[in-house]
Amino acid sequence: MIPAGFEYHRPADIRSAISILQEHGDAARVIAGGHSLIPMMKLRMTDIGHLVDLQAIGELKGVEVGAEKVTLGAMTTQAELIGNAALGAKIPLLREAALQIADPQVRYVGTVGGNVANGDPGNDMPGLMQCLDATYTLVGPDGTRDVAARDFYEAAYFTARGDEEILTRITIPVPAMKGYAYEKQKRKIGDYATAAAAVLVGGGKASVAMTNLSDTPIWSEAAGAALAKGDVEGCVAAAMGAIAPSEDMRGPIAFKKHVAEVILRRAIAKAQERAK
Amino acid sequence: MKDEVTSKDRAAGLKGMGTSRKRVEDVRFTQGKGNYVDDIKLDGMLFGDFVRSPYAHAKVVNIDTSAAMKVPGVLAVLTAKELAPLGLHWMPTLAGDKQMVLADGKVLFQGQEVAFVVATDRYAAADGVEAVEVDYEELPVVVDPFKAMEPDAPVLREDLAGKMEGAHGPRKHHNHIFTWEAGEKDATEKVLSGADVVAEEMVYYHRTHPCPLETCGCVASMDKVTGKLTLYGTFQAPHAIRTVVALISGIAEHNIRVISPDIGGGFGNKVGAYSGYVCSVVASIVTGKPVKWVEDRMDNLMSTAFARDYWMQGKIAATKDGKITGLWCHTTADHGGFDACADPTKFPAGFMNICTGSYDIPTAYLAVDGVYTNKAPGGVAYRCSFRVTEAAYFIERMIEVLAIKLNMDAAELRRINFIRKDQFPYNSALGWEYDSGDYHTAWDKALKAVGYDALRAEQAQRIADFKAGKTRKLMGIGLTHFTEIVGAGPVKNCDILGLGMFDSCEIRIHPTGSAIARLGTISQGQGHATTFAQIIASEIGLPADDITLEEGDTDTAPYGLGTYGSRSTPVAGAATAMAARKIRAKAQMIAAYLLEVHDDDLEWDVDRFVVKGDATRFKTMKELAFAAYNKAIPGLEPGLEAVSYYDPPNMTYPFGAYICVMDIDVDTGEHDVRQFYALDDCGTRINPMIIEGQVHGGCTEGYAIAMGQEIAYDEMGNHKTATLMDFFLPTAWETPTYTTDFTVTPSPHHPIGAKGVGESPNVGSVPCFSNAVHDAFRHFGLVQSHMPHDHWRIWKIAEDLGLHAE
Ligand SMILES: Cc1cc2nc3c(=O)[nH]c(=O)nc-3n(C[C@H](O)[C@H](O)[C@H](O)COP(=O)(O)OP(=O)(O)OC[C@H]3O[C@@H](n4cnc5c(N)ncnc54)[C@H](O)[C@@H]3O)c2cc1C
Repeated sequence: MIPAGFEYHRPADIRSAISILQEHGDAARVIAGGHSLIPMMKLRMTDIGHLVDLQAIGELKGVEVGAEKVTLGAMTTQAELIGNAALGAKIPLLREAALQIADPQVRYVGTVGGNVANGDPGNDMPGLMQCLDATYTLVGPDGTRDVAARDFYEAAYFTARGDEEILTRITIPVPAMKGYAYEKQKRKIGDYATAAAAVLVGGGKASVAMTNLSDTPIWSEAAGAALAKGDVEGCVAAAMGAIAPSEDMRGPIAFKKHVAEVILRRAIAKAQERAK
Repeated sequence: MKDEVTSKDRAAGLKGMGTSRKRVEDVRFTQGKGNYVDDIKLDGMLFGDFVRSPYAHAKVVNIDTSAAMKVPGVLAVLTAKELAPLGLHWMPTLAGDKQMVLADGKVLFQGQEVAFVVATDRYAAADGVEAVEVDYEELPVVVDPFKAMEPDAPVLREDLAGKMEGAHGPRKHHNHIFTWEAGEKDATEKVLSGADVVAEEMVYYHRTHPCPLETCGCVASMDKVTGKLTLYGTFQAPHAIRTVVALISGIAEHNIRVISPDIGGGFGNKVGAYSGYVCSVVASIVTGKPVKWVEDRMDNLMSTAFARDYWMQGKIAATKDGKITGLWCHTTADHGGFDACADPTKFPAGFMNICTGSYDIPTAYLAVDGVYTNKAPGGVAYRCSFRVTEAAYFIERMIEVLAIKLNMDAAELRRINFIRKDQFPYNSALGWEYDSGDYHTAWDKALKAVGYDALRAEQAQRIADFKAGKTRKLMGIGLTHFTEIVGAGPVKNCDILGLGMFDSCEIRIHPTGSAIARLGTISQGQGHATTFAQIIASEIGLPADDITLEEGDTDTAPYGLGTYGSRSTPVAGAATAMAARKIRAKAQMIAAYLLEVHDDDLEWDVDRFVVKGDATRFKTMKELAFAAYNKAIPGLEPGLEAVSYYDPPNMTYPFGAYICVMDIDVDTGEHDVRQFYALDDCGTRINPMIIEGQVHGGCTEGYAIAMGQEIAYDEMGNHKTATLMDFFLPTAWETPTYTTDFTVTPSPHHPIGAKGVGESPNVGSVPCFSNAVHDAFRHFGLVQSHMPHDHWRIWKIAEDLGLHAE
């Protein structure tokens, strides 16, 4: 559990960070909270020659809560997100989900940006961001571009982000839907989901996403459309058709499918109740 | 009347036995001031780390260390080739087998030690490990002990070819280790064939791991000038380690000093001898520098001693009205690649023959077959006396299975079969003499405390609601009455590698009336410095706060066999009381001299000797201590100290009644432990608060084991649970709330009547949690299902019983 040697960089602004990435190519990697990256390095599953720490970059911090939209700096920690009362009032689903991620120690350090950029199917925020229809802002050598969370995830650990790009902000439209729920089954505190579901519903609209049930998060347009019409069975059927869980120590595929359905139904029921 | 009050006050001031004295160790532990092996830093210290096998079974064709030797900071790489000339490429195990220190031509489990890289720091060592190139040739893997015993199964131990006689009798197959039997086979089979009712079941107690918070490690320091080897390590038995090191290394025993500093939990994991110890010693001798080796979590879970892995086929016979007439058990024990169990020599299956439990079973038979597989070696007593958890789980499941067969309430079935109070000392059919017990009293107290009848009524209502579609949660009531056997033990039948299992205490009283005591045991969190001082305080009347306790340094502490199997209080605790009594006896002579009376004219009163009939004439222990050193007393040597080596006449038999109430979500497999009641009878109670802490800790480990913790391998022998992501270690969040209770049935043969408690809660709680799960589904036809009862396995029970059908 000892990583191979690496160079440590601590740039003060995004520009310098990008130039370090450019200089070292795929031997360089940014580090945010390190709570996904460092375990991988300790297992020597990733070999990184240059670690570019984003902690000193002020531009990546900060939460703005507007009337129409919310913007989260990539380096916002889960704890900061949870502790922001205005944010909690505006988009309670964010807080409900963040409270189910890892444990307080991890949440003090782990960042929202790291969680969504990581590309691990186990991470909770990618599915959540898809449910919320968030947009990620990426800054690279060629400038700035926005990518919808729903288009960002390609396969486990593969995303639309280029090697020399940094995710700077996450923009979330304040949902029109009043009903929300994040339900997650896990084996213990600090565990990734056996199955998790994010649901928004209300005012003739709905959005449904699921976590750790495929090699990318699952946002099902059909499931959302069905739920928008109040068709719970259609919603569940569509979502279940979209997942493809694999077997691990949490259990076999049949179990995961069963639990996914139970968790989704619970999330729907809770969200519908809150929509009233 | 007045005197009585003052005696009481004086007794309270001593903080002796029966006091919930705060743990003196916690001041340093809670401030991060403990001194663990990894805190030890010596001048010029080097670090060692292992190259481990990625395969479960493979030939080692070639090891190329040249690239590793070029890594900056790497000083040496040891392989079996380097150790062979010293005869140290293999080492003896505690179970009479031998084990490779470093892979000698082949590997037998994933994670096995292949080479030892020594470097200036642990980072360089890790880089060196990565640079060692090993060529393997994969061999067929056997992870199933039943398949290992098939005629054409791959040969795992070529080194044993042709040896059909093992350390414990004949071997009947190339992957067979031993057969061990107890009781009467023919008589038991006769009972079974003539019985009204026979229940039969396979009870599997899965492989798990003690996983102490501090992993195993050591620092070896060979002083080439003095020729003295100092070995710091996470040893549960430092004196035994010293003797073993002397025997295998050829270094004279007086030139070896073994020190166990603070230990962060052992639970059996730190009893055995590991490759890391041998390699560190060799590396220190080779380099002339101290060498540290400390496992990481994955090393610990993959390579150092596992626990359990017993397949127990059982048959239990009874009359129609539920009186048990016979018990039969055949166990297939998966020992992994080497037999490195830590059991007394004559007991290759530990005390598995306590498997008649708390019940008066007239006829019984047990056979255990030990088998080699491509898994890590071990088989240690994870917070239990040798294989007692397996035995308790077996009998407590068999009782439930029998209750189902008889359509009887399992609490009642237990009650009518308990050994009665008047039957003690009780000789069990499998050969033990139970010292004392009062099971009926404990059982009735437990059932009353939880409101057993009301719980059953609630459960019946829940089942009705479930059937009516009003709830998706079932309710289980788990019952257990366990009997432990601890305190190994009488030297006449208990030794490890020929070392008799007595223990010791040496007490030295200082002139001003304070004291130091040293014991042959070693605390790993049990609070010895607190409780053993309390025994002395009560025996000799000096305040516990004025008594220092030391263990773990073989140059200063008296010889003893260490701490595991709940043996510290039964054996070293007895030695402590006996040594204290020797001191008191001498103090009495001094008092008699000073008070100018005959010895017999004095009586002991808490902290002083008083002239019988004249309470004004007395000498306190404090005064007597001063006099012992400074008064010339005719016929008496100066000084006040004593040592006792205690060989117990028998084991002790703590017992307990545990009840668990659990709600189970049949759809997700999740559970909620609503209530957990633990009544322990450990005889005389030295420190009730420490007992409570031990019960909480042991129950939490039991909860983990029953509800999710396992060491799992796939078909290829890949270890699937090598990190705490998948190896379940509950946090405060998952941990149930416990209610503790007690009865007191002292041990008749122990000087203070104490029986030991540290391990009871692990022994008792595992079947209790498991029985609760089974009980929840009993009404729907479940008879037996294997642990761990994690979410998917509980879900599978419900699925198989058709409870998910629309
Ligand atoms: C015990 C434990 C339990 C956990 N449980 C959960 C859980 O239940 N649910 C969950 O969702 N997560 C869980 N996690 C993961 C945790 O939330 C991580 O903090 C998170 O996944 C990554 O965030 P980070 O800031 O730590 O990122 P890092 O580990 O620093 O980075 C992760 C990856 O993202 C990249 N990256 C980070 N920031 C950026 C950026 N701004 N731009 C581009 N790339 C970037 C890094 O290069 C790296 O590849 C757990 C972690 C631990 C240790």
